[in-house]
Amino acid sequence: MKPAPFGYRRPGSLAEALTAYADASDAKIGAGGQSLIPLLSMRLASVAELIDINGIEELSRITVSEDGVRFGATVRHSDLLAHEQVAAVQPMIPAALHHVAHATIRNRGTTVGSIVHADASGEMPTVFALLDGRLTVQSVRGTRELAAPELFIGPLETSLAADEIATEVFLPALAPRHGVAFDEIARRHGDYALVGVGAVVGLDADGAIASVRAGYVSVSEVPTVVDLGEPLVGHRGEITDDALRAAGELALSHLEPEADIHATAHYRAQLVRVLTGRVVRAAYDDAVARSNRSEGTPSNARS
Amino acid sequence: MTTKSIGEPIARVEDARLVTGQGRYADDLMPGALEMAVLRSPHAHARIVDIDLEAVLDLPGVHAVYTYDDLTGPMAEPLPLLIPHPTLTHGRTQYALAKDEVNYVGEAIAVVVADDRYIAEDAVGRILVSYEFLPPVVGIDKARAAEHLVHDDVPGNVAARMEQGFGDAAGAIAKAPHKLVLDIEVERSAATPMEGRGTVARWDRDLGRMSVWSSTQTSTGVRAAIASKLGLDLGQVDLVTPDVGGGFGVKIVHPWPEELLVPFAARALGRPVKFIEDRREHFISSAHERGQQQHIEVGFDEDGRVLGVDFRFWHDHGAYTPYGLIVPIITSTQFLGPYKIPNYHVVFESLYTNTVIVTPYRGAGRPQAVYAMERMLDAIAAHLGIDRTLVRERNFIQPDEFPYAHGEMSFQDGRPLVYDSGNYPELMAKAKALVGWEDFERFRDEARAEGRKVGIGIACYVEGTGVGPYEGGHVTIETSGKVKVSTGLTTQGQGHQTAFAQIVADELGARFEDVEVVTGDTRRSPYSVGTFASRAAVMSGSAIALAARKAKEKALRLAAQALEVDESDLEINDGVVSVKGAPGTSIDLGTLAVLSNPLRYAFDEASKAATQFVVGDPGKPPVPEGEEPGLEGKDFYSPMRSTFASGIHAVIVETDPDTAEIEILKYAVVHDCGTLINPRIVEGQIHGGVAQGVGGALYERMEYDESGQLLNASFMDFLIPYVTEIPKKIDIDHQVTPSPLNPLGIKGAGEAGVIPTAAAFASAIEDAEGITITSMPISPSQLFDLRLQAAADGTTNQEGTN
Repeated sequence: MKPAPFGYRRPGSLAEALTAYADASDAKIGAGGQSLIPLLSMRLASVAELIDINGIEELSRITVSEDGVRFGATVRHSDLLAHEQVAAVQPMIPAALHHVAHATIRNRGTTVGSIVHADASGEMPTVFALLDGRLTVQSVRGTRELAAPELFIGPLETSLAADEIATEVFLPALAPRHGVAFDEIARRHGDYALVGVGAVVGLDADGAIASVRAGYVSVSEVPTVVDLGEPLVGHRGEITDDALRAAGELALSHLEPEADIHATAHYRAQLVRVLTGRVVRAAYDDAVARSNRSEGTPSNARS
Repeated sequence: MTTKSIGEPIARVEDARLVTGQGRYADDLMPGALEMAVLRSPHAHARIVDIDLEAVLDLPGVHAVYTYDDLTGPMAEPLPLLIPHPTLTHGRTQYALAKDEVNYVGEAIAVVVADDRYIAEDAVGRILVSYEFLPPVVGIDKARAAEHLVHDDVPGNVAARMEQGFGDAAGAIAKAPHKLVLDIEVERSAATPMEGRGTVARWDRDLGRMSVWSSTQTSTGVRAAIASKLGLDLGQVDLVTPDVGGGFGVKIVHPWPEELLVPFAARALGRPVKFIEDRREHFISSAHERGQQQHIEVGFDEDGRVLGVDFRFWHDHGAYTPYGLIVPIITSTQFLGPYKIPNYHVVFESLYTNTVIVTPYRGAGRPQAVYAMERMLDAIAAHLGIDRTLVRERNFIQPDEFPYAHGEMSFQDGRPLVYDSGNYPELMAKAKALVGWEDFERFRDEARAEGRKVGIGIACYVEGTGVGPYEGGHVTIETSGKVKVSTGLTTQGQGHQTAFAQIVADELGARFEDVEVVTGDTRRSPYSVGTFASRAAVMSGSAIALAARKAKEKALRLAAQALEVDESDLEINDGVVSVKGAPGTSIDLGTLAVLSNPLRYAFDEASKAATQFVVGDPGKPPVPEGEEPGLEGKDFYSPMRSTFASGIHAVIVETDPDTAEIEILKYAVVHDCGTLINPRIVEGQIHGGVAQGVGGALYERMEYDESGQLLNASFMDFLIPYVTEIPKKIDIDHQVTPSPLNPLGIKGAGEAGVIPTAAAFASAIEDAEGITITSMPISPSQLFDLRLQAAADGTTNQEGTN
């Protein structure tokens, strides 16, 4: 388990990295290394040159504003988890990050790297899609922003050009009267989810459900978000089991659970049903709690 | 009076070193050694047509490439068949490097020795092998069907067919008022120690000595194999086991091809050479275990008393049989457990498949045996509608029936299957109390009212431990008063340095802190067998106790002369020999060590006191007749037969009605390993065993596809339970029925934790679900399927039968 020979470069500035990447052939960008390095070591992948961007100071920043959370390409999962203001602005981020592998992997792995790895069994690509995140990519040719539909074009495949580096991600703040929840079922704690679900539920001014969107992990080829509003919009108080069952079936009609050595396709389908119900209910409860809190203390709402 | 050390939960002296990264494992040794990498077969069954090394030979940093054609003499012969049981009629072993044919994905074909492992792997990637594909035989069904053969000259893929028994099983079953038939199975798993295999060798051309360090469970076995295969005298080869990061059975197999090829290359190249197995290699080239299909026919009476059993099973032996039939023989004998089975017939077939070899993994055939027996007893209880513990109690061997012989059965060592001691009814009483068996129905009702599903399971086992032929102990007291102990068997994390020191401290009367134990070093202990079969404490513990007694006798003899008193008036405490009742008249062990060794040369103050001018009776030789210089004791322990430990595990599980996830609510272990040397170490063994048992019950399986590719050859997909998956707490109760077979009354404890675990979980899940469990391990996805199947068949029992 030793990689084949490859070149290594550690640029000190983004400009240097962009030039190097544009000039290189068969190069890869490395930050957290939690996917690429094992692939290289098992010789399942090889590169001519590894461009290590960990020395680029500007990529390590986290900026939290009322609008949302912006973080650079070398920000670790654990950095986001440890940041005091992230949870207040977008609680989905820590809710999902707790399910990303184990502490040691979160200490090295980067959230931007995870998103552009575009693995539909990773939590953060789905969160990126669910929250309508925006990815900034740069090259010597310029800068552009991508949302999930343009970014994820196939299994483990993005629309980034060969000379483009993902530099930062912006995840918008949770809107007022909205709530979130994330849950997943894995064979072991920290494993890839058999199925994972994140949901964002919005309420109208009267406390009835106005919107429900859910993002799914491990049951589709690309990170998939399903609008579950149809069976749920208008509900107040306890959501009925029937409505949640309908939401689960609706979700399944947009997903393609597949069998692997850990679970059959119909077991995954069952988990989609069960988790959809659990997560939507939890996100709804969260929305109600947040609404009550902000109404109770309007002057403190999202200071 | 010295505090008694045996029986005390002394903290392990080795832990501070090991947990702070101070351990020295094979890969820590000999930095700068050349490194070996292995080209392994990517195909499960193929003939090798051609090996093209052209692209490798001129690669900078490559020192040698070897294929079968480079092997000569004994190295060109097949690897040894270590345990040639007479019924192993078609035993086959591989070559150190494949000759003409490969029989599993992972079989070694060529090795490269290079400056470092990176270059060695680059070179391996450049070797071109042409294969002619042969049809792979994967899984027991395919092996039994024998449409294709693994080895052309082994008809039916049957390596061995073994039949044993006593009484008239068929007749008893035919006449029995009740009869049941079970078809069940257990899947493959593997030991997967944290450290894989590793070997380092250095050939000293000037001295003609081969020094080898190997991550093995048998120093003497590997040494003998290397000497034999490389044409060296045994005395030219030293084998030292460094710290070993776990073995669990896989490292008792020897010699692995690399254990021979590393010293072979070291001698050829005149440079130290190292091989360190990586994780992927471990999955596809080190041994697996467990896979069996079982068919049981049992006859029993209205009370659930077993009248006769016919047990047939098919054992997946992988591609070769280097370790003989140990695993299936243990299954066939230990099936009997703590029960009096009046009529028993067992027959098994060991089958070749194009997969990694199968050799003992902690438990070694017992988990399968206990699973078969306990599934059978659960089925009897369900059939008769009586409590599962009652069925077991009614079949127990009673405490006054020891020694208990199971007819004319022989055990894995060829000796009669005779249990030495035990008290199974008391174990059961303790287990029921510990798990809360009698209160469980109330708990089930409460849970059910909340829409929860819970179940309780129980499984009993008897484990033959401390198998022969022998181990030795050597206790030397140095002039400093330090006590140096050596035994030849190896250590891979068991805490031998602590447990053996406790024995010596007590037997000799030394301070525990003064005792230092060395294991697995053939320079110190050339005669030894190895660490497996829960035998270290029984075998080496006994040998060390006997050796310490000899050292004590000599110390007392010397002290009696020095103090001019009678030996019987002396006692040894904390390393000081003193006259009973007159503690002022004393001499310490270090001084006695000085006196024991009359010197010609004085090189320090201590030795001045021991020169021939000072020591001894001028009327006698400096070393009196019948004595030897030095204060030491040496002895061996060789038992008539194995000693049988026993225990019961009970588990309460909760199964999620929606997701079929299986949660462990309570895990209880009652355990009898005779005299406890160190309860803390025994409990650690149980904790680790239960963790591996949980793996075998709920997580671990080898996913071979039809072509013989192992699909989950990584820790990402081979699911060893994390600390988050094993019970937060394991309730343990000890029972002590000492063994009459050895000086300390010890029975083995190393494997017990893993043995009944899958059986207990099967029982508990069946109880929670009301669905018959016939295959382990079981995943939530599989349990979900069973629910759907049961719902479709209408076979779900609504009530569990406690």
